[in-house]
Amino acid sequence: MANHALGAPQLPGPQPVANKEVAGETRIAAEALIKSGGSEVPDAIFRYAMLACGLCVLALVAVIVFQLTTNSKLSWHAFGLKFFFQSEWDPVNDQYGALPFVYGTLVSSILALIIAVPLAVGVAVFITEMCPVWLRGPLSFTTELLAAIPSVIYGLWAIFVLVPLLRNYVQPFLAKYFGWTTMFEGPPFGIGMLAAGIILAIMIVPIISAITREVMTAVPQQQREAVLALGSTRWEMISTGVLRNARAGIMGGIILGLGRALGETMAVTMVIGNRPEIAKSLFAPGYTMASVIANEFSEATGDLYLSSLVEVGLALFIVTIIVNIIAQFLVWTVTRGTPARANV
Amino acid sequence: MSSSTALPQHDFAAAPISLRRRFLDNLATGSAIAAVILVLAPLVAIFGYLIYKGIGALNWDFLTQIPKPPGETGGGMSNAIAGSAYILLLASILGVPIGIGAGIYLAEYGRNKFGDIIRFTADVLNGVPSIVIGIVAYGIVVIRQGHFSALAGGAALAMMMIPTITRTTEEMLLLVPNVVKEAAYGLGVSRWRTTLSITLRTATSGVITGVMLAFARVAGETAPLLFTAFGNTYWNWKINEPTAALSLQVFTYATSPYDDWHRQAWAGALMLIVLIVLSVTAVRIAAGRTMK
Repeated sequence: MANHALGAPQLPGPQPVANKEVAGETRIAAEALIKSGGSEVPDAIFRYAMLACGLCVLALVAVIVFQLTTNSKLSWHAFGLKFFFQSEWDPVNDQYGALPFVYGTLVSSILALIIAVPLAVGVAVFITEMCPVWLRGPLSFTTELLAAIPSVIYGLWAIFVLVPLLRNYVQPFLAKYFGWTTMFEGPPFGIGMLAAGIILAIMIVPIISAITREVMTAVPQQQREAVLALGSTRWEMISTGVLRNARAGIMGGIILGLGRALGETMAVTMVIGNRPEIAKSLFAPGYTMASVIANEFSEATGDLYLSSLVEVGLALFIVTIIVNIIAQFLVWTVTRGTPARANV
Repeated sequence: MSSSTALPQHDFAAAPISLRRRFLDNLATGSAIAAVILVLAPLVAIFGYLIYKGIGALNWDFLTQIPKPPGETGGGMSNAIAGSAYILLLASILGVPIGIGAGIYLAEYGRNKFGDIIRFTADVLNGVPSIVIGIVAYGIVVIRQGHFSALAGGAALAMMMIPTITRTTEEMLLLVPNVVKEAAYGLGVSRWRTTLSITLRTATSGVITGVMLAFARVAGETAPLLFTAFGNTYWNWKINEPTAALSLQVFTYATSPYDDWHRQAWAGALMLIVLIVLSVTAVRIAAGRTMK
């Protein structure tokens, strides 16, 4: 993270000295430009103006932290840490426990990862190692197009296409053959945890596969040649020569996908069923942290109610920040370390 | 890849590739292809449905009318289309200058620890869930004003645009060769002037791409608008009044029980995608012209 511009050519920083010294000599040559040159005051003003913009970025995060902590104080004082371990969410009696939302967020995100990771890695492997060169560009562009579709459109499509599909075909099938796992019990509504997990999976595939592709290309070509020279098949080359070397970065991509899934709001809100219950079956409706905020925030009457929702937001903020930092660190270890080793 | 067959197949490692290994290799190739198909299928399905259902529902009324009361057939989303444009304009006015400024700071003065802190913070900001941004905009604008407003929606979206613009601007400015800047310094041009007229100007098209990337990313956002812009079934141009937005309208209509609203939700979704693509292309063409 510390040195993100690594891919850019390593330019030495601009030399401020050049300004004053050279200016004296070349004044005559550039009459028109000189009018604006050689002034220290405008330079300082400009510098501080840009610094102010930079500070805005810091201020934004400070404002976010400040807003979330002060506005959730009430709920924190009322429930403490128990807030996250109680499953009763009852606005009428002013009792708030966030456990069902934490559960829903975790289960839907993990479900999404289980579905998305093999697909994303498969796509990345195909694009970087198997597909003809001419297909590489169009294929990566197309998968990245998935990331550009607004969340609400995913939700719309899920409601009218995915959910009926699940209700009529997938869920009866799962209930019949995998019902014994108790994960697929109950009436097939279509809407519920399973639908949320699947739509999330579709949404996070592009991120995971983009990062996986990036770290796989960072693995030096010699690695591949060395393994092939030992007489391996292509798959053995990919698994031992490439995937093994890129595993930390792939892990980073997966965690980045997890971060996205945890905070995803609209598409999930539209299909998860929005019921604050903890059910074992994936067919049952659930609720996530992001969707409870989306649904109830603007209608929350009462300070404690609002404060509890902000606290859910605060928890979501902290978790996604931690997850993102870990992910960036992991990606960085691979993309940063490999080119250096390649030169040895 | 296919070079494995080109290797000399005699002597030491000559053990022919066993049936099991060959099978595994083919299995891996097959699975990778299957994964690609499985990933592309939803993409095709989404765009297919969007175009099929959306075009079927698009009509003149949709583009010129405001929503009818719940349950009544007809009406349109004209106010939501305009509202989205309005909120995005506000967001761009608030977010683009700050984002570009912060990017300039990082590229020109930020090659140090302090710059790293800002860089890291921008990356952190990029990962904050949009719904959380909504809560914050609610806290700093809506609570202070006392009601939902277009400004609050614009502020929320601006907060999401800034980190993306900052990071891409920095990247693009760093691509400008140092010799170009040195040439300007050599002519006695002051530093600020060099940054604005030489560095930034050379990198204009890249910076604009970054801005449009950020724009496209927030243009379809719904979550941060839920309790900031809030939505409105009538026209509104006042900066401190609740304002309709296309994405909000799609959400409301899609989750409603009315068939006609479902139909309009598809049209709205298609409209949203088309408008995003149109505005991005328009800005790029306009920018390309002025560059010349």
